[in-house]
Amino acid sequence: MIGSQLQQGRSSLLGHVPRRIAGTALSLVLTFVGLTAVTFVIARVMPADPVLAIVGDRAHQDVYDAVYRELGLDQPLLVQYLRYLGQLFAGDLGVSIMTAQPVLDDLLRFFPATLELATVATLLGVFAGVPLGVLAAVRQGRWADHLVRVVGLFGYSVPVFWLGMLALFVFYAKLGWVAGPGRIDIFYEGMVEPVTGLILVDSALAREWDIFRNAIGHLVLPSAILGIHSFAYLARMTRHFMLEQLGQEYILTARVKGVPERTVIWRHAFRNVLVQLITIVGLTYASLLEGSVLTETVFAWPGIGQYITSSLFNNDMNAVLGGTIVVGTCFVAINMGSDLLYRLVDPRVR
Amino acid sequence: MSAVRAWLLTDIPQSRGQAQCQRFFLAWLVFRKNGSAVAGLAIVAALVAGALLAPWITGSAGVTPDLGDRLRAPGLPHWFGTDELGRDIFDRVMWGSRITLYIVGLVSVIVVPVGLAIGVVAGYVGGWVDSALMRLTDVFLAFPRLILALAFVAALGPGLENAVLAIALTSWSPYARIARAEALTLRQSDFILAARSQGIPHLRIIVSHVAPMCISSVVVRLTLDMAGIILTAAGLGFLGLGAQPPTPEWGAMIALGREYLLDQWWVPAFPGLAILVVSLGFNLLGDGLRDVLDPKSRD
Repeated sequence: MIGSQLQQGRSSLLGHVPRRIAGTALSLVLTFVGLTAVTFVIARVMPADPVLAIVGDRAHQDVYDAVYRELGLDQPLLVQYLRYLGQLFAGDLGVSIMTAQPVLDDLLRFFPATLELATVATLLGVFAGVPLGVLAAVRQGRWADHLVRVVGLFGYSVPVFWLGMLALFVFYAKLGWVAGPGRIDIFYEGMVEPVTGLILVDSALAREWDIFRNAIGHLVLPSAILGIHSFAYLARMTRHFMLEQLGQEYILTARVKGVPERTVIWRHAFRNVLVQLITIVGLTYASLLEGSVLTETVFAWPGIGQYITSSLFNNDMNAVLGGTIVVGTCFVAINMGSDLLYRLVDPRVR
Repeated sequence: MSAVRAWLLTDIPQSRGQAQCQRFFLAWLVFRKNGSAVAGLAIVAALVAGALLAPWITGSAGVTPDLGDRLRAPGLPHWFGTDELGRDIFDRVMWGSRITLYIVGLVSVIVVPVGLAIGVVAGYVGGWVDSALMRLTDVFLAFPRLILALAFVAALGPGLENAVLAIALTSWSPYARIARAEALTLRQSDFILAARSQGIPHLRIIVSHVAPMCISSVVVRLTLDMAGIILTAAGLGFLGLGAQPPTPEWGAMIALGREYLLDQWWVPAFPGLAILVVSLGFNLLGDGLRDVLDPKSRD
């Protein structure tokens, strides 16, 4: 009797997971449709006359009509949108006016720099923010707690581009502790065979340790500046989650049983916090990927953010929208991925 | 004074107005004990005062160049020094506070009604309307904000209004979520049932009974979001996509001052400091308001 109930419970438990995954996949698709709809509107509807933007105002009427048909503007909007989606799935983001290259190729060249920056920044945020958050929760009201609060407030309030400028001024121009703007010294430019596009990985693979060190010197400041926000957010959330767990009865039970405090904190409470942190880390990673635009501008970092902004000033809409779609898709995918992971790992959500 | 206090603290209010005043006064008593929240309020008040009094506390409108007075270091009579065109930086920061307030106000005026309308309707009506509206909200919630704002500005052209529009378009969704959550619980409550059984039309119930109850959570969230809005607007200004020179917008001022950082640090330093202080003020105020209005979320 009980066995069959258990059996039943288990089967419905297993039945839940695919449904959750289907739900997440559905919202992923919906969000992607929404994202592309917005870029479609920006590309095809908002410019007063997209044909004029291509042929110029001195074109012959025949040329104008040909381009008009070529763009499919005689078709209904929905058909135009589906055609646009078809192009996207074929990897056709158009040709950049600025570089005269397919936008996709450009993006593949610029994306690794952003990825490298955002990844290192997130790692810095995780390895500094999470332990500090735990400490703040355990020593509530003591210096670590105040530090988390102050750093949190600062991280939420400071304009990163301004802080980046000041940091560059102090640590590069005045103290000379770090290397300047850019990913690498001009001297080393192009000396490593790009395999992954991530300079740290490529130079390590090539065993060019001088270049590796140089790249770290360039990376440390921008990633620290970019990481401040994630550091603040992670520390604050870790503190919040830890306090939530430490107030639970199972913690009290463990303490009453005489379990050492260290074990209570790291084995019992932190394990549960870890699950919740997955979503938070995913969120920060995604927001750093898109938030790197400003940091890249300040540090002349040749990433996707710089590519988008410089295309913007050259009215290179294909490049801007291509970049928006690529970053947007990564953003959405990381968010959904961490959400999914959370659902899979946490037995209560399951 | 004590008569007023007694009137505010009496156990049995005589009128609806008195009860309202009492509610605010009691909230203020709690709020007043929170030192950092009061500091935040003071900063925001200073911002408003600076914006209102700009014509009287500044010596110039901060836009006319005075090339004889270029790049003066901070001191008298130029507290914050002068910029590359000899304009007084203190004056420009003060006039810039008007622009910051304008941005913040305009974004709120767009975002709050939109979020409130969508959220309250979704929560109150329920069913497929709720699912559809919330899917839409989720889509906007999942959008990368800064990048989309960039794309919008690219399409609409750089400028302060377009920057505000771009920010607003990408930031209404959290308010819809909050308003929906409130409306969902309110829908079940007795006073709504009473209103319904009296035959009050749904629209009127939504507008005058449900929506007002959602406002306090929305305001708390808005205050906490203010810093983000200010930082995004300043970021767009810094990239040259927001307010255009010679408008004394803080982000644009930092961008212009960038090349003088090495020798004349004060040109970009003070506008950035202004952004930092004002964002800090809104964050402190938001934390304090949350503690007063929504004690559940306190940790």
